[in-house]
Amino acid sequence: MRKTLIIGATSAIAQDLAKLFAEAGDAICLVARSDNKLKILADDLQLRGASSVAMQSMDVLEYERHQSVIDSAVEALGGLDLVVIAHGTLPDQVACQDSPDLTKKEFEVNALTTISLLTNLANYFEAQQRGSIVVISSVAGDRGRQSNYVYGAAKGAVTIFLQGLRNRLTKSGVNVLTVKPGFVDTPMTADFPKGALWASSEKVAQDINKAIDRQKSIAYVPWFWRYIMLIIKSIPEMVFKKLSL
Amino acid sequence: MTNRSYQSWAGYPVVEHEARKMNWQTDSLPLEGSDGKSFLPYGNGRSYGDVCLNDGGIVVDCRGLNHFIEFDSENGILRCEAGVTLQEILHFTVPKGWFLSVTPGTQFVTVGGAIANDVHGKNHHKAGTFGQHVNCFELLRSDGSRRLCSAEENAEWYQATIGGLGLTGVITWAEIRLRPVKSALIDQEVIRYSNLAEFFEIAKASDQDYEHTVAWIDCLAQGDQLGRGLFIRGNYSDTVQNRAVRQPKLNLTVPLEPPFTLINSMTLKMFNTVYYNKQRKDQVKSQVHYKPFFYPLDAIYQWNRIYGSKGFFQYQCALPVEHMEDAMGEILQRISKAGLGSFLTVLKLFGDKPSPGLLSFPMPGATLALDFPNYGQKTLDLLNQLDEVTRSVGGRVNPSKDARMSSEDFQHHFANWRKMEDYIDPRISSSFWRRVTAES
Ligand SMILES: Cc1cc2nc3c(=O)[nH]c(=O)nc-3n(C[C@H](O)[C@H](O)[C@H](O)COP(=O)(O)OP(=O)(O)OC[C@H]3O[C@@H](n4cnc5c(N)ncnc54)[C@H](O)[C@@H]3O)c2cc1C
Ligand SMILES: NC(=O)c1ccc[n+]([C@@H]2O[C@H](COP(=O)([O-])OP(=O)(O)OC[C@H]3O[C@@H](n4cnc5c(N)ncnc54)[C@H](OP(=O)(O)O)[C@@H]3O)[C@@H](O)[C@H]2O)c1
Repeated sequence: MRKTLIIGATSAIAQDLAKLFAEAGDAICLVARSDNKLKILADDLQLRGASSVAMQSMDVLEYERHQSVIDSAVEALGGLDLVVIAHGTLPDQVACQDSPDLTKKEFEVNALTTISLLTNLANYFEAQQRGSIVVISSVAGDRGRQSNYVYGAAKGAVTIFLQGLRNRLTKSGVNVLTVKPGFVDTPMTADFPKGALWASSEKVAQDINKAIDRQKSIAYVPWFWRYIMLIIKSIPEMVFKKLSL
Repeated sequence: MTNRSYQSWAGYPVVEHEARKMNWQTDSLPLEGSDGKSFLPYGNGRSYGDVCLNDGGIVVDCRGLNHFIEFDSENGILRCEAGVTLQEILHFTVPKGWFLSVTPGTQFVTVGGAIANDVHGKNHHKAGTFGQHVNCFELLRSDGSRRLCSAEENAEWYQATIGGLGLTGVITWAEIRLRPVKSALIDQEVIRYSNLAEFFEIAKASDQDYEHTVAWIDCLAQGDQLGRGLFIRGNYSDTVQNRAVRQPKLNLTVPLEPPFTLINSMTLKMFNTVYYNKQRKDQVKSQVHYKPFFYPLDAIYQWNRIYGSKGFFQYQCALPVEHMEDAMGEILQRISKAGLGSFLTVLKLFGDKPSPGLLSFPMPGATLALDFPNYGQKTLDLLNQLDEVTRSVGGRVNPSKDARMSSEDFQHHFANWRKMEDYIDPRISSSFWRRVTAES
């Protein structure tokens, strides 16, 4: 039975992933900031087959609690095999441009909180010499674009941090998976018109689940984003800077 | 934001409405800044016509209400949020020995949608409608009130909401009763029969011993072959499942909408003839998985696209027992004469189990359902001709399949419609309701 910790558990993508974990019989510990939602999700996962479901409420900005929340999770689960970090916000780019404070805050939620959690978790997994770390970054972290570069910079920071962490932890037998979703229809993107490139959170969760099982390092979800980003990354800066992306 | 993906299954009419989502049963209705615009709950858009549409207003997508709440595995009682689909329920309960008491011909509908249209299935003669297996549900209204509704508590709200077309409020969760099964298999029997009289004979003879009965008919056959088809009957198998049953995988889809319909008189004639003759013997028994038995169309994910961008119409009427044989013959004649029709035409006898729903569609008698490509006036003319027959014998047309019946017909078919007005949420409206209550 796998022992799984999910941080940002009430995110749409994390919920659909948790359902798959529950069906596989995982023992699950949920961390999110709303008690109401945690309770609803916990009942659901228990019914779907989770061996046990524990929950803790935490705002990820409460850095001082990061270590103790992880410790309690390890205790509740009786160990830890897999951690998924999924929380995030989609900043209002234009509002950020007028406010260094807002920019800092968004960068914090999307990058520093994750980096802090990973710092604690990495040591646990390194000592244990096995396990799996999964973090939801974004294709937006692959290249900065005017429409979304505060978010992109934060996700880019997470991606690079994970790259280094993977490089450090591989020899300890720990797998580090960077998940890069494209457009996903979730509450985060409720206000966007949806077109052909959009995927459902169920579909994305299935793809992430497969990538976890296959111990992959980087997963673009759905897969075609890998090629879209390959093209976007290959445009010379001379040209790219003039595009309105 | 206008979202073109929130349309009806038959793609007609095409409307513009703003979509907002509810993701948690504890959420309040997402109506901030809506300038008093009306809204309508939206399930999974498997209604063929405009009961799930609200042109110029808002639709509140309830698919995110998709959590299971409680399951009593002793008694087969499931409490879940209203956006859970029947597919998710079966995936969860069949391995535990429980099946839906009633299921429509697709598993891609939500619990909320199934209640709001009080859907029926192949076992209507035994089990009645979906609403007859609903213990209770929570109804959230635009004034923020939440009512627990059951046959005992808030009974009048319970009756107005079952078959209430989404007009009374948002169902946030519901508790439904399941029925026990020993396996995922159905003992099926397919009988080829040669005309309408034979259909009625076999159907009446089968309704006692078979939980599920339905006929597929060749809607183009004429003369003394009128109404010929395959009669399909089945029961949940008592065989305890000890081998892996072949489950058809859902991997086919119609990826793009062709600019014109692929259903025309030639493809239709070919399909119907081939299908009628698909089995060599007149009677074939087999054991099949519940998916191909209940949900043959679900195997091709977006089959509705084959009708092209103009969409199509589904026509489903119920005809009362006293006149069903003659009236059904008349309707089939009008269809085959017009040469319009569909791959899947289904005919079935309804039973006499009354639903609590004020506007519930089924009545004791016979029901016919089939699709017609949208050829504009030509199709509408035929449907009007079918309405004449339905009306003349005191039958009715199914709102969840309809996009064009007249307001006179609706008000005539559903005499209770005025009683609904006391329960309709003042902020809720639908394209359907505006159409069928319009002064003529
Ligand atoms: C292939 C196919 C086969 C079918 N076979 C059958 C059949 O055999 N028998 C049958 O009866 N029907 C059948 N139908 C029709 C279908 O079962 C109904 O239209 C069903 O109600 C669709 O459910 P939905 O979740 O997609 O809801 P939608 O179509 O999105 O909405 C249906 C209605 O429910 C309301 N609603 C949705 N969610 C809620 C909620 N949470 N609270 C309150 N109101 C809500 C909406 O306002 C709307 O009025 C079939 C449809 C298809 C496509
Ligand atoms: N949707 C996309 O198109 C897309 C694309 C690429 C990457 N991603 C990434 O995918 C992940 C999941 O997002 P989603 O799409 O599933 O959106 P979502 O449903 O809106 O999830 C975001 C989650 O983050 C949580 N959260 C935000 N701030 C928090 C805080 N301070 N403390 C604790 N939790 C906090 C939210 O908690 P509450 O439930 O309490 O609000 C919410 O559960 C995110 O990392 C996102 O950046 C999404």
